[in-house]
This record gives sequence, structure tokens and C-alpha cells, in this order.
Amino acid sequence: MLSTIPKSWNVKLKPHLFCPGCGHGITFKQLGFAIDGLGIQKEITMGVDIGCSLLAWNFLDVPTIQTHHGRTTPLLVGYKLVKPKRIVISYMGDGAAWGIGLQNIIHAAYRNNPVTVIVINNENFAMTGGQSSYTTLPGTITPTSPVGKSPELGAGFKGPELIRNVAHKDAYIARTTVTNPIHLLSTLKKAILAQKENNNFALVEVLSICPTNWKTGAKASLDMAFEMEKTYPIGEVK
Amino acid sequence: MAEKIFITGNEAAVRGAVDAGAKIMFGYPITPATEILEGWIAQTVTDKSLQYLQTEDEIAAGFGVLGAVLGGAKAFTASAGIGHVLLQDPVAMAENMRLPFVGIMMQRGGPSTGTVNFSQQEVNLAIHGGNGDSFRIVYSASNVEEMYSLVIKAFSAAWKYRFPTFVLGDGYLGKMKATVELKKLLKPVESKPILSESGAPTWLRNCFSSEEELNTLLNNHITDWEKNKNKIVESESFHTNDARYLVIAHGLVASATKETVLKMRHERIRIGLFRPITLNPFDGEALRTVARGAKHIFIVESAYGQLGTIAKAELAGHNIKAKISQISKPAEGFTPEEILKEIKKHNA
Repeated sequence: MLSTIPKSWNVKLKPHLFCPGCGHGITFKQLGFAIDGLGIQKEITMGVDIGCSLLAWNFLDVPTIQTHHGRTTPLLVGYKLVKPKRIVISYMGDGAAWGIGLQNIIHAAYRNNPVTVIVINNENFAMTGGQSSYTTLPGTITPTSPVGKSPELGAGFKGPELIRNVAHKDAYIARTTVTNPIHLLSTLKKAILAQKENNNFALVEVLSICPTNWKTGAKASLDMAFEMEKTYPIGEVK
Repeated sequence: MAEKIFITGNEAAVRGAVDAGAKIMFGYPITPATEILEGWIAQTVTDKSLQYLQTEDEIAAGFGVLGAVLGGAKAFTASAGIGHVLLQDPVAMAENMRLPFVGIMMQRGGPSTGTVNFSQQEVNLAIHGGNGDSFRIVYSASNVEEMYSLVIKAFSAAWKYRFPTFVLGDGYLGKMKATVELKKLLKPVESKPILSESGAPTWLRNCFSSEEELNTLLNNHITDWEKNKNKIVESESFHTNDARYLVIAHGLVASATKETVLKMRHERIRIGLFRPITLNPFDGEALRTVARGAKHIFIVESAYGQLGTIAKAELAGHNIKAKISQISKPAEGFTPEEILKEIKKHNA
């Protein structure tokens, strides 16, 4: 029988709190399967950031700490130093990773702290109502870019490519998308194994969808997700 | 027999942390607290059970402390001034989640970058620097030996009561050298992992979806605070039995005041000193006891009324008849002679 709910999910608290169609739910499904597949549920400690990510504070059946905006990674860096055998997953959105917490991510990557960072890039500040983010593409209308985001504000922030420049050579850095669950699953597994087997820093940016704030239906959400890939290419960042 | 060594205040802070059972320090260099980070790192070279991380900023240092604490290690940081400001982000989380946190703050002049050595201007910040109701334990060290003993005490209090705990010092205290008697604890408070590693998982959060949920949590904090604050408060009353003049001062200013008191006592002036050792919670009962006999109270501090506000609130409404004068020199130190002159200006 095809498994539909990962064993590592905290099933008592389902249905989950994410909006219908949200990419977080899709990501957590594959993250759950990755943890199940590697047989490491008992080894995982999870940290979740602020914004929509915090809705996952009890999503998985693993010890979890919800932190402050952008601070999940430095907290887990500290945790991992005293608990080197735990596999730590730092879960956040693009605001946390590429905005307020960027300095902390850069330095964790630079020091090669063995932490697996998962960044959900849905191109907006979703919890606060869809404001423009660093990853929002030029021309996009949001509450903080009412006439379309000016190209002068940047062409789209490529976080993984930035991190690649300072990270340890063996750090695993990749981008995947919720539109391709098979690729999403294999990428998450590699990012966890980079920490578990080689004690390396790992970062996965997941191109995600936000139907609520994008105000898009199923097809338009997917179309936009495919459009994102033109700016943010899928695959390992080398 | 207790060991005696000749060390600086910053070295005393490091020895205190080691003797309290701290296992890891996170820090970012800032004058005048840098020597605590350097001193701790030097310890890690010889003692392989100790770790450190020099972080990219104070925010990462504070959250690193919280991560290590969640893993069950006694951890701490040291900072000053604007670094202390940045630390308020993780300390607010510690206050919400009742995570033990120890920070040694060597006050420097402010606001902003200010000066690098001395002030008593981080009292408000340590107590009220969060977006909550200020459930933080704040000690103020007045000499090198006390820097050692209060750091040990801070770890015990933080782990026992689960309120974030600060030890305040300053750059002069950090750099001055004195003989310290090392009184190691026979049984330091135990530290256990807060995040589970087996069995049912712990899910911890600091964000709540209803006013009632958060209010319930805060009411528990209030109950714990009120229940324990009398066990936490500490103060010293120096020559206060017959004192007609009473000085209230803390930290290094209180040490200078002790000399003033002794000089004035030599002139047969009945003066005493009340020195809060904990600034929060505050030993109001002890203060009122010594204040009742006084006709003139002087609050002396290197800040514009930060201690004064606390002390005056503790004295208000208790039928204390003494006149109260505030003597403030924000970000500047006092010599015993200056304090004496200031008091005499007021006809003592």
C-alpha cells in the first residue's frame, strides 16, 4: 500500500495548520518521508523559525524548539556543539534565511557547523500578509510593492549561490521545488546525510507556493512556481 | 582549605563560571568584557571538557547559549553596552520559555557606543530590556571576589529558578586585581537536557495563538517569581544600625562609598551604606529597615536615577520620613572623597 502519511508525523495534531495548498505541507510530507526512509526519527532535533514556519512547532513527532526570527540556526549551532550525535534541522522561510538571519546562516556555513537548514522560499512574508521579500521577483504586486516591485530593489535574492561562496567545499547546498516531490525528497535526504555522515553544513532552498497571499488557484500557483525556476535554478549549487 | 589567588575581575568571572560547572561559552569581543571570552578560551585549551564559540554577533552568542542549555549544558555569555542591547533578543526568549540563561555584563558608558570602561547605566536594560514583565535576576558585583561568588550564584539561581540571570560589573572591576578566595560549591545545581532525546518528544514554543494561553503561562511565571523572590534577594547593610545618613549605592560605587562611610564615621558622623546585591528582585524590606532611622538618604550612582527609581519605589508609601537626594554622575565614576563632598554639600 502506498504510504500517504509519514510515520514521523505527529498525527494527533493533524490536519496541520498551514493553509490549503501551502508548500509547507508538501515539504513536510517529503521531509517526513526522508526521515522515515533514513530511519533517523529518534536522532532528529528540529528547530522552527517565526512566520508560517512556527506553525510546525509540533508538526513532527520529534523534539522541536520554536525560536525567534532568523535565530533558529544559531540556536541549533549551540545545541549541536553540546549534542553532537543529534541530527539538527533548522527550518525557516526566506525572510529568516535571506533577510534578518542571513548573517547567522553565512557564518554557520562558513564555519561548516553540522546543521541542515531548510529554507522555504515562497517569495513573500506570508504570515504577515504577503509583503514583498528579497526573493520577490521584479514587477510583483504585494502590500509593500503596490505598483509592482521595482527592479531597482534587485532581481531576486539568490541565497544558496551566495552561501556557496563562503561555505566549506564539502557543504551540501541545493535548491529544489515543491512542484517536484521526488526531487524534493532526494534533496532533503542528501542534505540530512551531509550532516549525519560527514558532519557538514547543508542548506536546501525549497521553491514553494503561497496560494493565500499570491491569491492564485492551483494552476496559477504551479505556473508561478515554474516561473520562479527561471530565476532560481533547481539542483545542487556548485 | 579554600584556595586564594590574585586575579582580575574578568578572571574572577571566568573562574566563577568554571567552578559553577559551565561547559560552554558563546561570545563576541567587546570592551570591557573581552577578557572574559579570552580567559574562558584559555581554559578550554587545558580543560578539554570545556567548549567555546566566538560567534558572528551577540545575538548568535545568546541564541547559542539557549541551544546549549536546551541540550543540557551550563552555558553563558559575557558582553557590554550595545552588545548587551543585542542580547535582549535571546534573553526575551529565555524569559518567555523559562530557560536558564547567564550573562555577565561589564557595563560601559552609554547610550550608543559611549565610552569603553565604566558606567552603571545597564541596570534598566538588564532588568527591563525585554518585551515582557522583567522577570530577570540581576546581581551587581562590587569587588573582584564578589564577581567570582556572584557568577557562581548566578548559575545556581538561573538553573534553580529558571529566570534569565545577569551579573553586572564594569570595566574597572574587570581590570582591577585583588585576592580572591575560591569557595567552590560542593554540589553545583544539576543541568539536564530540556529538549527530550528519547521517549515522548518535547515541543517547545514561545508563540501562542490566544491571549488566554499566553496569560496563563505568564501567571505561572508571576506565581514562581513572587514565591521565590524573597529567597533570591540579597543586600548588605554597612554601618547602618545608628545611621542618621544613609547612602544607597551598588557595584563599584558602593565600594567607594564604604571608604566614605569609614572616613565620616572617623569624624563621628552617623552614616551608613545600603548596598543591594540583587537589583532585581530588590531587597526592599532590608532597605526600609535601615531607612527608618535615617533623616537623609543619598542615592549615589553612575547613571541618571536608574537605581534611584528602584529605591524610591521601594521606599514610597512606607512612612519613611527621610529626605531623599539623588547624586548622579552618568557614565562617570566616584572617588570616596567626591561622595563625601557631595554628602557634605547637603549639610551632613
